[in-house]
Amino acid sequence: MTSPRVTGVVVAHGDVAASLVGAVETISGVRGALVPVSNEACAPRELRRRVEEAVAGGPAIIFVDMASGSCAFAGHQVLRERRDVAVVTGTNLAMLLDFVFHRELSLGALALRVVGKGRKALEAHEPAGPPEGDGRGGTDAGSGREDP
Amino acid sequence: MIELVRIDERLLHGQVIVGWGQRLDLGYYVVADDDLAASEWEQELYAGGLPGSARAFFLTVDEAAVRFGQLDEHAGRGALLTRTTGAMRRLAEAGALEGRAVNLGCLGGAPGRSRALDYVHLSPDEVEDLRAIAARAGPVTARDLPSSPRVPLEKVLRDLDG
Repeated sequence: MTSPRVTGVVVAHGDVAASLVGAVETISGVRGALVPVSNEACAPRELRRRVEEAVAGGPAIIFVDMASGSCAFAGHQVLRERRDVAVVTGTNLAMLLDFVFHRELSLGALALRVVGKGRKALEAHEPAGPPEGDGRGGTDAGSGREDP
Repeated sequence: MIELVRIDERLLHGQVIVGWGQRLDLGYYVVADDDLAASEWEQELYAGGLPGSARAFFLTVDEAAVRFGQLDEHAGRGALLTRTTGAMRRLAEAGALEGRAVNLGCLGGAPGRSRALDYVHLSPDEVEDLRAIAARAGPVTARDLPSSPRVPLEKVLRDLDG
C-alpha cells in the first residue's frame, strides 16, 4: 500500500500565496498539489478555519511566508492538533518547486528536504567594485546625498 | 513610555512590528491578554518575530491594568496591545487609559461582524466596547499604519455595513 501524497497549503500575506502557487504551476506543469490561503482581511479564527479546510484529510505541509505573525500562528495552531501536518516557514519558490515533485515522500522527510532546497536557494552576490577611472567609492551611491 | 495603545487581533505581526515599530522606534511591547499570558508556546511564537533588541511582556488584563504606570515608565518607547475590544475596555474601565489615544488596528472579517474599513470589522458587542472605551480614554481612531489617515470612531461606526 502506498502512502497518500502530501498536499501543500501555502499560507501568506495578501496575494503572495496565490502568486507563488500560480508560478509553481506555470513552471512545473503540476496542478492541484498546492492550495493557496491568504490572510487578507480575515480574523485569526477565520484564517485558521481556512487553513484547516485546505489541509482537509491530510497529510499536508503548511508552507508559511514568515516565521512569526498571523499566518505562522494559524499554521502552528493546526500543527498542534494534528499528527499528519508539518509547518515550514520562510517559504520560497525553490522549495515549492521541489515539493510538487516529491509528494510521495513521508511528511517528515519531505519537510526536511524542502527546507534544505529553500535554504540552498538563498545566496548573496556582492556588487562588483567601481568602474575603472570612476574615482568615487561605491558606498555613497543611492544615498541621496547631494554634491555641493 | 507607552507611545501606542492598540487593539489588533493579530497582536505582534508585521504591521505592528515593522509598520509601527520602526516608525515609533518601539523597544518593548506589552500584550494584555488572559489566554496568551497562560500559553508559553504562543508567547514564544509571537516573540519570535521581534527584532533583536525588542522585548515583549505578556500579562493578563488585570495585571496590565494594575502595572500600567510601571509599564509606562519603562525605559524606551513601547506599545500596549490587546487582541480584543473587550480587553481594552477592561483596561479603560480600570482607569488605566485616561487621556490615552486608542488606536484601532486589524479586526478582520468573520461571521457576526460587519465591515467598516478594509481592516476593521465589528460585531454589535465590539461596537459597544468601543463606545465604552471612548468614554473612559482619549480619542479612539482607526489607523492600520502610520502612513494611513486616522479615521475617527464615529466615522468608523457610521460606515459599518448593514
